[in-house]
Amino acid sequence: MIYFDNSATTKMAPEALETYSQVVTKIWGNPSSLHKLGDRAHGLLEASRKQVADLLGVNTDEIYFTSGGTESNNTAIKGTAWAKREFGKHIITSSVEHASVANTFTELENLGFRVTRLPVDKEGRVNPEDLKAALDKDTTLVSIMGVNNEIGTIQPIREISEILADYPNIHFHVDNVQALGKGIWDQVFTSRVDMMSFSSHKFHGPRGIGILYKKRGRMLMPLCEGGGQEKGLRSGTENLAAIAAMAKAARLLLTDEKEKADREYAIKEKISKYLTGKPGIHIFSPLKANFAPHILCFALEGIRGETLVHTLEDQDIYISTTSACASKKADEASTLVAMKTPDAIATSAVRLSFDESNTLEEADEFIAAFDEIYQHFAKINHLGE
Amino acid sequence: MQYTEIMIRYGELSTKGKNRKDFINRLASNVQKVLHDFPDLKIQTHHDRMHILLNGTPFEPVNDRLKVVFGIQTYSPVIKTEKSLEAIEKTALELMQATYKAGMTFKVNTRRSDHKFIYDTNQLTRMVADYLYNHMEGLQAEMKHPDMVLLLEIRQDGAYISNQLLHGAGGMPVGTAGKAVMMLSGGIDSPVASYLAMKRGVNIEMVHFFSPPYTSEKALAKAKELTSVLAKYSGRINFIEVPFAEIQETIKEKLPEGYLMTVQRRFMLRLADIIREKRHALAIFNGESVGQVASQTLESMAAINDVTTTPVLRPVATMDKTEIIAKAEEIGTFDLSIQPFEDCCTIFAPPRPKTKPKIDKAREYESRLDVDGLIERALAGVKVTPIYPGQSFLDDLAEEDADLL
Repeated sequence: MIYFDNSATTKMAPEALETYSQVVTKIWGNPSSLHKLGDRAHGLLEASRKQVADLLGVNTDEIYFTSGGTESNNTAIKGTAWAKREFGKHIITSSVEHASVANTFTELENLGFRVTRLPVDKEGRVNPEDLKAALDKDTTLVSIMGVNNEIGTIQPIREISEILADYPNIHFHVDNVQALGKGIWDQVFTSRVDMMSFSSHKFHGPRGIGILYKKRGRMLMPLCEGGGQEKGLRSGTENLAAIAAMAKAARLLLTDEKEKADREYAIKEKISKYLTGKPGIHIFSPLKANFAPHILCFALEGIRGETLVHTLEDQDIYISTTSACASKKADEASTLVAMKTPDAIATSAVRLSFDESNTLEEADEFIAAFDEIYQHFAKINHLGE
Repeated sequence: MQYTEIMIRYGELSTKGKNRKDFINRLASNVQKVLHDFPDLKIQTHHDRMHILLNGTPFEPVNDRLKVVFGIQTYSPVIKTEKSLEAIEKTALELMQATYKAGMTFKVNTRRSDHKFIYDTNQLTRMVADYLYNHMEGLQAEMKHPDMVLLLEIRQDGAYISNQLLHGAGGMPVGTAGKAVMMLSGGIDSPVASYLAMKRGVNIEMVHFFSPPYTSEKALAKAKELTSVLAKYSGRINFIEVPFAEIQETIKEKLPEGYLMTVQRRFMLRLADIIREKRHALAIFNGESVGQVASQTLESMAAINDVTTTPVLRPVATMDKTEIIAKAEEIGTFDLSIQPFEDCCTIFAPPRPKTKPKIDKAREYESRLDVDGLIERALAGVKVTPIYPGQSFLDDLAEEDADLL
């Protein structure tokens, strides 16, 4: 099996699973309990928080555990909009965000907030000048993803941070679900970033757990009220086993990060070089430093992405379409559509996403398998004639 | 570049004539204690300095332990090298390159006890300074108040080179001032008072009152953990726990509310004094600060102190709370002290304690109780535990659990 769909989800690391099962069987007390079972659970919870904070290079009290990337995004965005609604009702995002950001903005728009969606260029990147022009005295939030999940564009978080340095009251949220452990941290995190979202299952941790980084002093209204866990921002008994397993997975992920990212890039490079110049192939993820090393999106003209996915699946190779896929609602925003890619090509797009366990041999196997498919479809569609 | 030894200059003890030898020996043994787990070190004492030969041990971890030892004024890491101009120049350059920061002024200072060495003091100073000038950018010499002094010492057995003067903890070696008991509660003040007592050379033993089930195991563990933090400054400290619940319950049951606190404190001091005597200590220390709470007004101190003529010393008596907190943060006890476990001072605190209790009344109320019996039973439950630097009590499973992450 070749698994090139690591941006969808990753296989849980055995070490993380071991931690998970140790915690559920041995340290199952409620971290809020006063007795020693609670103490022990609380101790592990806080040790996990510290480890995550140290790995991200932030303060321990700036880490909040959530149920995943979607909740982190919702908390950051709605939490800001609600908490700061008296100061302004203008919120800004890009037109290429993940659904958990994009749809949250739409919901807020329906509730009366004014939303600006920044356009992108043909590489899927927002122009910081557009942001500058969009900011006004009612703006309370800017939410821009670090790495695009469909084509891997790294957004200009540093330039945006510089612009927002002049607007210290605006909350700056970065959806970094796709950006962790890829050797690009300095491009997607700055001291101006107020909030970030992460999801455990994208880095070999368990499902149903994620991280919200929130800078000290930034006010958010919680989505759920309750027992006041996570300093009131995220009530509900902490999912300790998942939290500890995630902390472990994060440590493993960030060990030798550079080497792993280089390996992923080598795979991307190899496949990309094979695809380059082939009639009917459009590559959306160039081999550039401002693209993530682990995502390769391309289209084979005339063949729907879905068809390619299923054809490769028959050979035990797993890849993904992008959300431009025709089976999704037609009006759904997608990165490729926002890049003004013609519909016919956008619906043909597929995404390969690698992790550190993928090898160059797998790249060769993929190329061999794909080449047969390509020759077949090229003939049918008279590509290159 | 590796340091070969550490040269230690004594603190105040250098001025103390006839006790000097005791002081030096005590300091040497305290240094030995904090460095006991570095097997390759060798300590040599002299009348004006102490040398720690590193024998390959890195300087940094040794430095971390050494900087908290009382009785050390200053110290310097030193490199010993062979007595040739070439070796001296080479080592001096390495040392300067590793420690010199742009913009600092410096000078070279040479001492020579080996008068047969081919160069005299001035020649050597000039040659080494020239060499450094020629091999480093932007060096700036300054004779009167340089930021850095490169010290060359030519002795019979080699050349010794150093350029850092580090400040020690000052004070007097723990133990030189004798032994006392310290009343340690677990709050912010008493650990600071403990530190200050130790800094004056006092060897302290902790007396801690605890009242299960009113106080939790964690409150006791916290006091022990505080002791282990303080032990960093002195080596092992004995921790003496005294059960106090029966006394508190009895007082609560039988005495008027206004005097609950005063009489409780009288019992504590009485117990501390008996323990002091048994353990051959000379004084009692506590963390009282004048006027901070009801039990710490001068009237209260008088009514409480009434039970003994033993010196009761209060190192933080005149410090403001903010000053005490700053010190607690500096010595590493603050974060622990503010952990919210009830201690025995707070659980039976009456809502309206007398801030001006009268000695006569305190005596009279107390006489209604079986004082001797209560004291005897409390003493029967006393437990002594030696506590070592860095020992952990609060999170005994945390270390094991950390492996899960």
